[in-house]
Amino acid sequence: MTMSFGSRAASVTFEGVTKAFGEVVAVRDVSFEIAAGSLVTLLGPSGCGKTTTLRMVAGLEMATGGRILIGDEDVTMLPATDRDVCMVFQSYALFPHMTVLENVSYGFVVTGMAKAEAWERAEQGLTLVGLTGYGDRLPSELSGGQQQRVAVARALVLEPQVLLFDEPLSNLDAKLRRRVREEIREIQQSLGLTVVYVTHDQEEALAVSDRIIVMRNAEIAQEGTPRDLYERPADLFVADFIGDANLLDVDILRVADGVAVVLIGGVEAELPSRGLSPGPAKIAIRPESVLLGEPSPNSPLVGTIEKAAYLGNHLEYQVSTPAGDLFVIDPQVEPARSVGASVAVGFGGKLALIPHAD
Amino acid sequence: MSTFCTDNPLVNRAVLIWLLVAASGFLILPWYAIEDGFWGFDWIVDGYPFDPDYAPAIVLLLAGEKPWLWPILGFLAGPLLLIGRDKRDPLFGLVLLAAGGGGFAYVLLQGFAISIGGWEIAVLEALFGPLGDRQFGMGYGAMLTAGGLFFLLTTGLAARRAVNGDVFVVGAIGLIVAVVALFIFFPIAQVLVSAVQDNDGNFALDAFFDKLFSTKIWGLHCVIGSRACGVAWNSLALAVAVGAGTTLLGLAFALVVTRTNFPAKRLFRALTVLPIITPPFVIGLALILLFGQSGAASAFLEWAFDIQPSRWLYGFAGVWLAQMLAFTPIAFLVLIGVVEGVSPSMEEAAQTLRADRWTTFHTVSLPLMRPGLANAFLLGFIESMADFGNPMVLGGNFEVLSTEIFFAIVGAQFDQGRAAVLALVLLFFTLMAFYAQRRWLGRKSYTTVTGKGDAGIPVALPNRLNWTVYGTTIPWALLTAAIYVMIMFGGFVNIWGLDHSLTLRHYIDAFGITQGDHGLVWSGGAWNSFFTTVTISAVSAPLTAGLGLLTAYLLVRQRFAGKDIFEFGTMLSFAIPGTVIGISYVLAFNVPPFELTGTGVILVISFIFRNMPVGVRAGIASMSQLDASLDEASLTLRANTWTTIRRIIMPLLRPAIVAALVYSFVRAMTAISAVIFLVSAEYDMATAYILGRVENNDYGISIAYSSVLILVMFAAILLVQLVVGERQLGRRSQPRTTDRAQGVQPA
Repeated sequence: MTMSFGSRAASVTFEGVTKAFGEVVAVRDVSFEIAAGSLVTLLGPSGCGKTTTLRMVAGLEMATGGRILIGDEDVTMLPATDRDVCMVFQSYALFPHMTVLENVSYGFVVTGMAKAEAWERAEQGLTLVGLTGYGDRLPSELSGGQQQRVAVARALVLEPQVLLFDEPLSNLDAKLRRRVREEIREIQQSLGLTVVYVTHDQEEALAVSDRIIVMRNAEIAQEGTPRDLYERPADLFVADFIGDANLLDVDILRVADGVAVVLIGGVEAELPSRGLSPGPAKIAIRPESVLLGEPSPNSPLVGTIEKAAYLGNHLEYQVSTPAGDLFVIDPQVEPARSVGASVAVGFGGKLALIPHAD
Repeated sequence: MSTFCTDNPLVNRAVLIWLLVAASGFLILPWYAIEDGFWGFDWIVDGYPFDPDYAPAIVLLLAGEKPWLWPILGFLAGPLLLIGRDKRDPLFGLVLLAAGGGGFAYVLLQGFAISIGGWEIAVLEALFGPLGDRQFGMGYGAMLTAGGLFFLLTTGLAARRAVNGDVFVVGAIGLIVAVVALFIFFPIAQVLVSAVQDNDGNFALDAFFDKLFSTKIWGLHCVIGSRACGVAWNSLALAVAVGAGTTLLGLAFALVVTRTNFPAKRLFRALTVLPIITPPFVIGLALILLFGQSGAASAFLEWAFDIQPSRWLYGFAGVWLAQMLAFTPIAFLVLIGVVEGVSPSMEEAAQTLRADRWTTFHTVSLPLMRPGLANAFLLGFIESMADFGNPMVLGGNFEVLSTEIFFAIVGAQFDQGRAAVLALVLLFFTLMAFYAQRRWLGRKSYTTVTGKGDAGIPVALPNRLNWTVYGTTIPWALLTAAIYVMIMFGGFVNIWGLDHSLTLRHYIDAFGITQGDHGLVWSGGAWNSFFTTVTISAVSAPLTAGLGLLTAYLLVRQRFAGKDIFEFGTMLSFAIPGTVIGISYVLAFNVPPFELTGTGVILVISFIFRNMPVGVRAGIASMSQLDASLDEASLTLRANTWTTIRRIIMPLLRPAIVAALVYSFVRAMTAISAVIFLVSAEYDMATAYILGRVENNDYGISIAYSSVLILVMFAAILLVQLVVGERQLGRRSQPRTTDRAQGVQPA
């Protein structure tokens, strides 16, 4: 990695930030802090306010309430031009009338840097993303993945305090997506950049993030590490949005020392109580945590296979049980269970009681 | 923290620039308008700076004259308080608001309050006593000072966080609001004022009502008696007939071009360019050569069928025919898009649902076109209402509002009040049509193109419709061709109807160049107006395109309070007939503080504001196709708004810019209705010159000149097609547009 790119990474802080477009509130009273040098993803369904939040970091939208800080500086009123933040756009937004090198050096040229130096630093940026020698091409002469990397280089070379990505992978095909997201993560970690990343793809978010902020209806639903969100979702929405989850009604029998004993359709399981007290509750069960076995008279919970689908490296089942319908992922491909067969149902691993089930 | 803030710590750059502009207007340039006109620079060697006619304000003040200008100095000194202050300092914005806003308001106020005759406002006269001094129209100095102070005001507004504190955007909005107010709303307000005044400037409401309800305007004698009807009814009947006629014919042409296998489709399409390059009244002129008493067709009918030539052409029928010929291509242009927009798959769906071709056409295709038809009708209606040339040439005793306005102010009547009242009636009709158009079509989506690949072939027309369409369009196209043959050929005939020998006489009269004692002499009678026309059009074109595109940028890319009103204001001049603009400029800019009549400047200004809406629409259309994230990318890469416009938007919009330039140039060359009021001996325009010759029955030279004009403009358009077309072929890549790009601006 070239050492010419210093890190001037800074933290990003939102303090009760609100953004309203007329009557419509796009972001309501949102607060969070993103540590310098970390990659944080804003995740949520479309219309949840994640892109608006990102654009407020960039200065492309102005907050209608609250404070935004980058490092220690209050930038709430600062327009995009005056913020030390760069952004990689969903559409890449490469200037079609400029060559790759002109695109990457644009930020230097418009701030009055001498052309020779600007071009040299742009070349370094292209090297960093593996596009040495592509400087004279036009964006239209590059493939989608290459265009994406030009967009990254263009933002990187300015060594911004914060680098923003707005759904950067959505225009790439599935195979390329995995590779590019790994590259982005690699550059972020090796240069120690602060990155705010927007996506609606939960798998992408889990793969790249240090922390994830899940948004829903203009507010933050949950913030945490990928593991936190997957294994300890705060509410039904997060449980359902991150990965697939079977959401079942259960009874908490007793709680002791933070451990709850719950009854799931006859099966007893011990889980962290997450502050709940005995009584009815909701539980999230990941499809791979449902264990299927041969039914016997002692099986506490028996279900029937309703549907089965073969997906190469695993099988997906729809199982109806007295406790409710379950979506199951079974890594055991041979032998496949047939529709109509009875199965014993057990649970292991990723089960979580949901504290805010309403 | 941020290393990219380039604020000069001592003085803010925008403030410094506008302060220098304002100060130079006050301290250096002549304050009052110069008699030689805007481009006359004799004053520099002719007594400047001490001759009071040419002196800067400060010299006048030191000489003890015009003492009411002193306070301006105070406003100019205000921003000096800001030395060393940051633009985030609350005082920064307040000082600029006070100095810029106060100063600008004061400059305007003193201009309106004190005029040629001293005090203009009785209250002030009573307060301060009679004034021994007086002043003329504002000149360069006053203009610069007012402009500088105005932009200090907008800079102050930006510092107070208007539009996110973007100095450029606030300035641009301010500029457009100011010029639209000054050159559209102020003149129209003057028309209102004049309407309720008598010729001596006294308030006379009863005279206003007399004029407004006079039988000359509203009389219905043609229905119940034998005398002529009121001009308002004439105009209305004509406009409705023309709107309906052009819509039907336009639809027929659109159907032929899009739904049949007619071999000459391309020729038909070429028709659409004709109205752009033809001054409308030239059609009327050519009709006289064809169907007038000594016209070619009339002579043929007499010879073949012994039909006596008559004066049928001069009146409603002739004007209607001429306007039909002139405006059908406009309806055609609108309807091509509409007919093409009807998705073939919808028609195919209808057919799979057992509808035959006729049923499909009248239950699916036609209803889908309905909004387009309404639009075409209203355009024809407005064009007919506003047309001045054809009723002038062919009207005879058939009088319409636009010509009546002209005669009210130019003729022996010289009745400004009556002209103003007529202008109000005309304005009322067109505004109603404009309002109906927006109200009716505004929110409705009338594109059926979904963006999804729309396979399918347009359904062929039902047979009987097919024949009807051919039966109307082919004769009409032949008539149009005959008209243009007349225009091209007519100039070579000695005296039309009497002596059909061929001659170059008319061209030599108009465009002769002779060898004089001191080299070549432009001896032809048309050269003067031709050069003036080209110059004025060339000056106004970039200004029109610039202002139009800037407005489009603000409308498409910026969010600000009052944007709806802003848009309405800028598009309003589209609905104001040229005749009304003409009369309103005469009323508004004949006296200080804005003394512009008789100059070239007023022609340039009238073109800018007549043609600006076209630039705005073109700009909106092409800017909407540019992904907004391109500008945003530029902004996040440290470029400011102006740099972004210059480096990103302008290069990508080059084809639209060129098209807007040429279009405004050509429109300026062919305009007549506003121009006729504003030309002067020194600044005569081609169209006004030709119309003058037509009035004298000097058809030869008129038609010769017209043909030259048409060819010049055709060449201009062709050149641009070539240049812009090339660019589009060589265009590098269409920037990607994504769904989110539209989603950026929540509704």
